[in-house]
Amino acid sequence: MNESVQITNLRVVRNGKIILPDLTMSVERGIVAGLLGPSGSGKTTIFRSIVGVQEAESGTITVLDRPSGAKELRTKIGYFTQSASIYSDLTCLENLHYFARLLGDTEISVEEILDLVDLRRNRKQIASSLSGGERARLALATALLGKPELLILDEPTVGLDPVLRRDLWDLFHRLSDQGKTLLISSHVMDEADRCDVLYLLRDGKVLANGTPQGLKEQTGKADMEDVFISLVEKL
Amino acid sequence: MSIRRIWATAQRILSQLRHDPRTIALMILAPCLLMTILKYVYQDQPQVFQRVAGSLLGVFPMLVMFLITSVATLRERTSGTLERLLILPISRLEFILGYAMAFGIAAFIQAVVVSTVALGPLGLRINGSQIMLILIAILDALLGMAIGLFISSFAKTEFQAVQFLPAILLPQLLLSGLLAPRESMPIIFQWIANFLPLTYAVEATKSVISGVGSIGTDLLYITVFLVALLSAGAVTLKRKSK
Ligand SMILES: Nc1ncnc2c1ncn2[C@@H]1O[C@H](COP(=O)(O)OP(=O)(O)OP(=O)(O)O)[C@@H](O)[C@H]1O
Ligand SMILES: [Mg+2]
Repeated sequence: MNESVQITNLRVVRNGKIILPDLTMSVERGIVAGLLGPSGSGKTTIFRSIVGVQEAESGTITVLDRPSGAKELRTKIGYFTQSASIYSDLTCLENLHYFARLLGDTEISVEEILDLVDLRRNRKQIASSLSGGERARLALATALLGKPELLILDEPTVGLDPVLRRDLWDLFHRLSDQGKTLLISSHVMDEADRCDVLYLLRDGKVLANGTPQGLKEQTGKADMEDVFISLVEKL
Repeated sequence: MSIRRIWATAQRILSQLRHDPRTIALMILAPCLLMTILKYVYQDQPQVFQRVAGSLLGVFPMLVMFLITSVATLRERTSGTLERLLILPISRLEFILGYAMAFGIAAFIQAVVVSTVALGPLGLRINGSQIMLILIAILDALLGMAIGLFISSFAKTEFQAVQFLPAILLPQLLLSGLLAPRESMPIIFQWIANFLPLTYAVEATKSVISGVGSIGTDLLYITVFLVALLSAGAVTLKRKSK
């Protein structure tokens, strides 16, 4: 299949609250896809559903030609959780080594990734003493281990400085050039222009999707922020 | 099942302990201190020290591992690392065996030090072997770990997890025959105690100390509880949440 993620009529209800009423969306392979939407619109819930930790009431999710949560997918998806899921009482290297060993990844790859996220100076530092941005980069590093085909990144650039943010977006595009699919959430609209395809989300529904250029033409706005506002007002 | 992943997990947990030297010191020194106090509290009744100190050798590792495991696994649940691990190529069994291996090693070190202090300077006399005593201590520690792992899934906060110690383990301790002989208890208590793992932990240490009675059945019961509780613990490690 040409899609790396295919979600059909997904309905998620948590504690009696309808989070995703009836979601259908698909993500092509080898692109950088952006999931944009205000806080509480359901971005994290969609990601949790894709990686297979969120129970659904109905609907189907196919990830890399397998049902989500399938065993074969466990080495193929890298997941960056919104609240960095790392061991704060271990050093950066110890964290990376542990995840690398679970994934059967090599020492060389750990060293490469350390440079990729620019944490070489912090390698021996205990994770709890890292700054917010450093913590995020460590979590990103663990998501990159094992050379996953699909990267699910839940707000990976929050709290990072502009230079590092640019570097990371360059990295994301290099990875997609290698054929990997990246699904990245953000509620910073100015990051939208860096995505190949966008999904604008509100209240668990996709308001619109398409290329950044296409969405701008469709709404006649020059700025992503205005695109979103005009789409919401049209409802 | 992969030994590599189990060992990686055990090493990771031991590294976490290593970064927390105060916990290690408390794990080893607190039981030694309590043994010493016990010795001098009962200096006029050495037979009480003989009776209680031996059983405590088996009870300490259980209490300590119970606490450490329930807090550690609760942290894994709340920090999101557990959910993260469960979508990686590690099975729930491997995860649990990783914990068992790490805490088994910690319990071994604790048991060697504490039993050596008790048998040496404190003059505890046993008819069985020290090696047997250490073996029982390790099994007890794993039992404590298994209870902690299982129980932690019922706790939402670390406060709650810690409160399970008086709620779950202390009643067992009272019923186990550690303080008062079981024969003198109401028959209903004796009957209930038959279904509590700690009873067998205390019985086994008592047998090693007195040198009478068979340890085999006690060890068998402890192992059965251990396997049952670990399986129950594995079930609570849910991949999907509502
Ligand atoms: N366990 C839960 N019980 C009830 N409602 C929940 C639960 N978890 C999340 N929600 C609700 O689901 C909605 C979507 O949450 P989600 O975390 O997916 O949003 P998000 O788009 O990732 O937001 P943010 O940008 O703030 O991270 C929110 O309104 C949230 O309050
Ligand atoms: Mg979110």
